[in-house]
Amino acid sequence: MTRFWTPWEGRPRPHYSGLSALLAGLGRGVYRVAAPVVRHRWFAAPVFFGVVVLGVVFVWLCGLFNEAVLADYPVLRDLLVVTGLAIFVSLVPVFCIWWERKVAGRMQSRCGVMRVGGWHGWAQSPADGIKCLTKEDLVPDDADPVLFRLAPYFALTPVVVAFVALPFGTYWVFRHLEVGLIFVLGMLGVEVVAVIMAGWASASKWTVFGAMREACQMVSYEIPLGIALLLPVMTVGTLNLAEIGNAQAGGWHTWLVFRSPFLFVAALVYFITSLASCKRAPFDLPEGESELVGGYHTEYSGMRWALFFFAEYVAMFVVSALAVILFFGGWNSVLPDRWGEVLGDGYLARAVRGVVFGGPLWFLVKSFLLIYVQMWLRWTLPRIRIDQVLYACVQVMLPLAMVLLLGHTLWELWLPPELIAARVVNVILAVIGAGLLLAALAVIIRSRLNARRLVGYLAVDLLPGA
Amino acid sequence: MTKRRGLGFGAMLLLAGGCCLLACAAAHGQDAAPAAEQAAEVGQLYDHPVVESLLFYSLAAATVVAALGVCIARDIVRMAIWLFVTLSTVAMLYFLLAAPFLGAIQLIVYAGGTLVLLVFGVMLTSRSPWIRFEVRPSELLAAGAACLVLLVGLVAALLRAEWPEAAAGESPRVATLGAELLTTYLVPFEAISVLLLVVMIAAAYLVRQEPKE
Repeated sequence: MTRFWTPWEGRPRPHYSGLSALLAGLGRGVYRVAAPVVRHRWFAAPVFFGVVVLGVVFVWLCGLFNEAVLADYPVLRDLLVVTGLAIFVSLVPVFCIWWERKVAGRMQSRCGVMRVGGWHGWAQSPADGIKCLTKEDLVPDDADPVLFRLAPYFALTPVVVAFVALPFGTYWVFRHLEVGLIFVLGMLGVEVVAVIMAGWASASKWTVFGAMREACQMVSYEIPLGIALLLPVMTVGTLNLAEIGNAQAGGWHTWLVFRSPFLFVAALVYFITSLASCKRAPFDLPEGESELVGGYHTEYSGMRWALFFFAEYVAMFVVSALAVILFFGGWNSVLPDRWGEVLGDGYLARAVRGVVFGGPLWFLVKSFLLIYVQMWLRWTLPRIRIDQVLYACVQVMLPLAMVLLLGHTLWELWLPPELIAARVVNVILAVIGAGLLLAALAVIIRSRLNARRLVGYLAVDLLPGA
Repeated sequence: MTKRRGLGFGAMLLLAGGCCLLACAAAHGQDAAPAAEQAAEVGQLYDHPVVESLLFYSLAAATVVAALGVCIARDIVRMAIWLFVTLSTVAMLYFLLAAPFLGAIQLIVYAGGTLVLLVFGVMLTSRSPWIRFEVRPSELLAAGAACLVLLVGLVAALLRAEWPEAAAGESPRVATLGAELLTTYLVPFEAISVLLLVVMIAAAYLVRQEPKE
């Protein structure tokens, strides 16, 4: 293989002008310098290791300075937190797009991306980003010039602003909002406006109808979503996300999902309705239609389209993070917090407690596990029609959510957690949850051990010559 | 399409200018000292009064400009987007006033709900979605006169009103709001829920399918 790719003889050269020429030249220069290094097989490991080390150092510095120095400099703290959040929000879609393609490949008995970058195609996402930057800036003639250009930013901004109230740990939050939960819900609801704007501004019948359907779906599923979210709020008694997370600090049996059978089902209802509000998995009819006919982002290309997909993956993370905080223990580990008190209060003790007994790491791992479940559902289940979508919302999810709300209210009134019956049910549900997790682990281990026989050698061994 | 700038446009400009004047008057009338004491636990607002004034002026100006945009825009969807900007800046003003619950509810109900309903209604019921507004001069005159009367009345009333001192204290907790809604303000609460029920029944009745004979 050549050290870097060159166009074939007689390929028509694209003409860039102005800022686009600068960007294209920059991209081409970066590629020529980086390609021989990046394609080397052992490039990925040091990069990954370096990123992890830098991340750990950044997090440790934040934890160190948050109490001592930064309490007196709110502006500096805010700047640091905003920088950290901007970096995180940029990295999550980049990683998730690569991961989605690998997961899709695995689900379909193939390897996924393998070429770009030396190890399992890790550089595919940055390469896609550079490609999107160098694409033609296309605006349809009949499109509304202002709204067409504005729509991707209307889609991306709310989900990024939702991170203002989203805690990664007890003190790892930009602002301790008293009304954190409904703030995040409001931000997710604002996305509908962006969808309508994008569909309308494209000046095409198909995009308008696709945007209408999609907005209708997102708005309808907000109702059972909100009702399902009422249950943990009612249990803990506050809308403050940090307090809800702290209420589940006593070990994995205190996670809200195991407290009553109504909360158990409510977690499932929330997960399904959040899939619909993210336009994900079986509810991606508008996106699926975009492969065939229309859809709100059909006229968008290049970086604008990339921004819509950034918004989608960041929304996936926000929605998974909400589920983790409200139902699955937030940033607490499976061990109770008070077992960690014996360690003392030094720096090392705090670091160990942050890793073992709860902290942002647990939060990230759990959120990405839920994102994996979302990707798993997308590549397993077929798409459902719009009338089936609305039937599921209004005739299944909504009555179910109402029954859960009523049932949980009565449960909290008649069976407070001190009663022995409530504890028995709690333990039974916790055992069921642990059993499900262990069963999933067993299935994964078995399939990894028998991969060549079950899935085929093409998904396991590299092709000759790769 | 020629741009029709008539009396109505001038009256709207006057209204906007009047609102800006009002905002300045209200801001200066207030005592800036309690800003530091208003422990906005809501979000550790920068207690410096200059920052707070700056935020308020810019948000108020943005609200006024966006409201103007709603009036002046020729395209229905652009009008809806300007309305969305107006509602969002009002929500930000609520956050600045240490009323985070109200701000979040404003975003959910108005920006996420009412606006979407408005856009749906507009897009699904207009005969041609790309219709532009044609305003007759008589309509402009009537609108201008009404705006002028409203402006004079509002400015007079607001400048003469006695503004109470801002209570330096914490914003009410959501639990307190909920308790008040269910005890002190129970009757309006139930009346609103009955109203919403009536609205839902009416909507369901309007979209019912006639049974085929």
